[in-house]
Amino acid sequence: MRFERREQRSLLLLVGAPFAAIVVALALSGILIAIAGAPVLEAYRRILIGAFGSRLSATETLTRATPLMLTGLAAAVAFRARLWNIGAEGQFYLGALAVAAFGSQLLAGLPGPILIPVLLVIGALAGMVLILIPLWLRLRFSVDEVVTSLLMNFIAVLIVSMLVDGILKDPLAFGWPQSQSVADHAMLPKLVSRSRLHIGLAIAVVLAFIIAFVQSRTVFGLQSRAAGLNPQGAVFAGVPLSRTLFKVACLSGGLAGLAGAIEVMGVRGYVTTDLSPGFGYSGIVVAMLANLNPVGVIFAALFTAIMFVGADGMSRSLGIPTYIADVTVALSLLTMVVALFFTQYRVRR
Amino acid sequence: MSTLIDILASAGLWAAILRIATPLIFGTLGALLSERAGVLNLGIEGVMTFGAMIGWLAVYNGVDLWTGILVAACAGALFGALHALLTVTLGLSQHVCGLGVTLFASSFSYYVFRLAVPVAGTPPTIIPFQPLEIPVLSSLPFLGQAVFTQTAPTYLAIAIALVMAYVLFRTPVGLAVRMAGENPHAAEAQGVNPMKVRYGAVIVGSALMAVGGAFLTLSAFNSFFPTMVQGRGWICIALVVFSSWRPGRALFGALLFAFFDAFQLRLQTVVEGVPYQIFLMTPYILSIAALAIMARRARVPQALMQPYRRGER
Amino acid sequence: MTAPVLEIDGISKRFGDNLANDGISMALAKGEVVALLGENGAGKTTLMNILFGHYVPDAGSIRIDGVELPTGTPRAAIRAGVGMVHQHFSLAANLTVLENIMTGTEKLWRLRSGTTGARRKLLAISERFGLKVDADARLGDLSVGEQQRVEILKALYNDARILILDEPTAVLTNIEAERLFTTLRDMARQGLSLIFISHKLDEVMAAADRIVVLRGGRMVAERKAADTSKAELAELMIGRRVTRPVREPSAPGAVVLEARNVGVRIGGVERLQNVGFSLHAGEVLGIVGVSGNGQAPLARLLSGTLARTSGDLLLYGQPVGNLSVADVVDAGIGRIPEDRNGEGAIGEMAIWENAVLERLPAYASAGLVDRKAAMAFAGAIIEQFDVRGGNPASRTRLLSGGNMQKLILGRNLSQRPRILIAAQPARGLDEGAVVAVHARILEARKAGTAVLLISEDLDEVISLADRIQAIVGGRLSPPVVAEQADARQLGLMMAGDWDNGSEVAHAV
Repeated sequence: MRFERREQRSLLLLVGAPFAAIVVALALSGILIAIAGAPVLEAYRRILIGAFGSRLSATETLTRATPLMLTGLAAAVAFRARLWNIGAEGQFYLGALAVAAFGSQLLAGLPGPILIPVLLVIGALAGMVLILIPLWLRLRFSVDEVVTSLLMNFIAVLIVSMLVDGILKDPLAFGWPQSQSVADHAMLPKLVSRSRLHIGLAIAVVLAFIIAFVQSRTVFGLQSRAAGLNPQGAVFAGVPLSRTLFKVACLSGGLAGLAGAIEVMGVRGYVTTDLSPGFGYSGIVVAMLANLNPVGVIFAALFTAIMFVGADGMSRSLGIPTYIADVTVALSLLTMVVALFFTQYRVRR
Repeated sequence: MSTLIDILASAGLWAAILRIATPLIFGTLGALLSERAGVLNLGIEGVMTFGAMIGWLAVYNGVDLWTGILVAACAGALFGALHALLTVTLGLSQHVCGLGVTLFASSFSYYVFRLAVPVAGTPPTIIPFQPLEIPVLSSLPFLGQAVFTQTAPTYLAIAIALVMAYVLFRTPVGLAVRMAGENPHAAEAQGVNPMKVRYGAVIVGSALMAVGGAFLTLSAFNSFFPTMVQGRGWICIALVVFSSWRPGRALFGALLFAFFDAFQLRLQTVVEGVPYQIFLMTPYILSIAALAIMARRARVPQALMQPYRRGER
Repeated sequence: MTAPVLEIDGISKRFGDNLANDGISMALAKGEVVALLGENGAGKTTLMNILFGHYVPDAGSIRIDGVELPTGTPRAAIRAGVGMVHQHFSLAANLTVLENIMTGTEKLWRLRSGTTGARRKLLAISERFGLKVDADARLGDLSVGEQQRVEILKALYNDARILILDEPTAVLTNIEAERLFTTLRDMARQGLSLIFISHKLDEVMAAADRIVVLRGGRMVAERKAADTSKAELAELMIGRRVTRPVREPSAPGAVVLEARNVGVRIGGVERLQNVGFSLHAGEVLGIVGVSGNGQAPLARLLSGTLARTSGDLLLYGQPVGNLSVADVVDAGIGRIPEDRNGEGAIGEMAIWENAVLERLPAYASAGLVDRKAAMAFAGAIIEQFDVRGGNPASRTRLLSGGNMQKLILGRNLSQRPRILIAAQPARGLDEGAVVAVHARILEARKAGTAVLLISEDLDEVISLADRIQAIVGGRLSPPVVAEQADARQLGLMMAGDWDNGSEVAHAV
């Protein structure tokens, strides 16, 4: 058996790839559900009901999708330039932490319309700071940023743990390690009343479109794509590689930091060490499922959110561990890379 | 100052070093073997998690401890085969596939664990490996306490490091592995199938990673809980670079690393006023520092992360 | 004549639309040296890769000593006594010479490598054929000539009786090449059979007993070396008389680019030393040399991707510092890189994107790319430079090598550059594309562009250049006037032998 490169890539295959990947991932998870002794189709039906069955569950799914869109965008912009930022989890936490630090006391005196944008920027900046360390190590010492950005995640969570149990600790939290809450007027307005859904969703969607525009129409977009596809060729064409990577890193880290900021300002109000159920890591899957397309990220994030929120409901009624959602999402990453492979190669003999 | 000396002079510290180093030795050797053949296996974190879970679960269900280790190794080998299928046969990005394997293996571990063991107030436990009494050696003063109070898998880890050094540098199969990682085209031209060699190295490497994970639940602790691997896999990847892809230095690197880890754990109890999180950060900071120091100096296998396709140059 | 040791019978191989080998048959006798002559793309390397088991032929068979060789397995070829020395060595830089040679020679699961015996055997072979090499040296520390020796030793170590060498002199200096051919003749006398692939007429005449000529995937002729001439071979190989493009006499203008004692050090190694040249408007200055002698750093230096460590550069008479790519492009310097796919274009990006990538500021305002203007520019290049196989929006990777090169030429020449740095502009192109590329370069010369042509192809340099300098070991020879230089002089220059060559006509 041999693989042969396809000369022309059909649009149908490219568009179909994510759907095929998701179907295969769902089928494989179905086997696991069956092994656990539950009816597979019924389980998936309940996942859908859990995700969309009521006004509440639908808004919950969208709420969950919001940070996933942002971390997905963070991964997508970085991967496009072949910057392997696997540190979105840590950047998410630092963004959240920065918002809690500045939004609860230091800047709480500012009026809402000023405070909210300022806090969002601060959150993004915090995320940027964290990714600049792996970037610097790559540019200065040629250290593979995958491992360093991963290790930064553990450091970031420990920093959060230290501060929410230290200077940022909420004295009214009955001894729980939890930060003080941000001021009420720092909280993002709701998108749908009597729900947790906030305007963070709108911010994420708008950002996805802005990034799509930036990537396809601007000098920076062209250069960062060139840098990712063929660094040597990009250098020859005069693309400033380090500077481009620096900008990409700032964008990526900023998006992940923003995700953390928005999660605090939209939902929680405070920071703990379990603020993120792996938003940073799931963002990688979201980006890959979207084939690094910013607009595709919106839909990939929705799929992922459906799995996570839906699995909660399904788990309660059928007794299947909620981890089935994580399994399915991880599997869909693997099936997606295989599906993409088959858009580029065909099997011969 | 005197407390520092007390810490360094305590046999407990040295015993802890070997205990902390053991899973790192297994994991680093596994990653090293795989990378020597040209395949980066970032699945390590998840494979270690799965090894920890499945080894523990097997023992919890009545098999003996060594069978538990074997079960973990077999499961690790299967994940290795998956990673090889994606990165060797299909030649896909080793970064992305490795992360995918990690995400899949860890979430699959938690899923299986939750299915098998219902939620309980205190996690169920097993009786782990006991320290191996070695005649004469174990009763030596200090040294007996410091070095010869380990469980059997620790000695196994050290033995495997030596065996791997021998195999890589003194046997034809070791040469084939290194050639597959340096220049798979040359290997192919000389009648060595680099695809098969890479499969073999990734599978055996993953088995070792899983055994490293199983050590956590079958010897270091006696129960399984999610996130217990805590980035040890990533640290192993850093240690491979630190070791310059040499098993002997990998052993040394793991021990050095464990020394700092054991030392900081003891320091935590005597130093006041410093948040314990600062100490917990040291392993990760050390790993990053090791990478920064060694990345340029190390002699990287030339074909690392390069997929090999027959007939394509 | 004794029974042939090797018979190739009706071999055909197709890659996509390209019929690389079309029913080729040939034979090889014991102790014979056969040259396989043909241009790039004639199918020589494909044929040898089939013989060695890298490719499976679509039709045909191979017999060694009358026994059919299973196709597609290098191991079977090795066992049957076939050894191949590739043009790009199959060696691992980080392993020792002995390790490189021993790979695959022992049972995989032996508990210990037989290093002692292997070292002894290697020593015996290297003495028998006069191929000296340090068995424990790290391969990456050896020179190219020594590495080739390791490749040959590797084949002999596997008891090869039939040795295939793919363009063995491509990477060697003349002196090294002569030494190599002496060794090869010696091997043939000792009973080995050899096939070497070449497109150089001199060396096939000098070294082969018999010459097999391939053209367009077919075998077009077979001649005894004694019964043929270079002119006949050239005609057989190319299919028509070699023609030198008609050139108008050059009317060189002012010096536009001058280098004085320029040096480049990379990682502690002097890659360029005391390099000096002056390039005039309206002339082609050819830099000729065997590959790996500093061409790449020279091209990168002038393309703005490498900084010099010493010396002065004068651009239009003005001293300049280290040039960035943007500086170079802004100064009206066009660049044709040596590696089309690696540097010249980004395959996965659209043709229009590749057309404007190096001059984005001209096609953007306020950070936004003017896609319409860029598309129009790409369209104009496609039309004027006859780029076939794509439109401005299609992926560049789909273009053939020749068309990609036309795109690269087009994006430079349509801007009327004052200087053109062309590195190996015709390498790997088919005959038609070569002619087109050469015509464009001469056209630019006529329009007053100063062309610096860096090439390993002596014929190309002779046919295009007005003046020629040789590059050897990172140094440049003094220039000679192309029309007064003959192949022998240039050969001497390329071997670094210019200091005592009073016969070399200096012309500054």
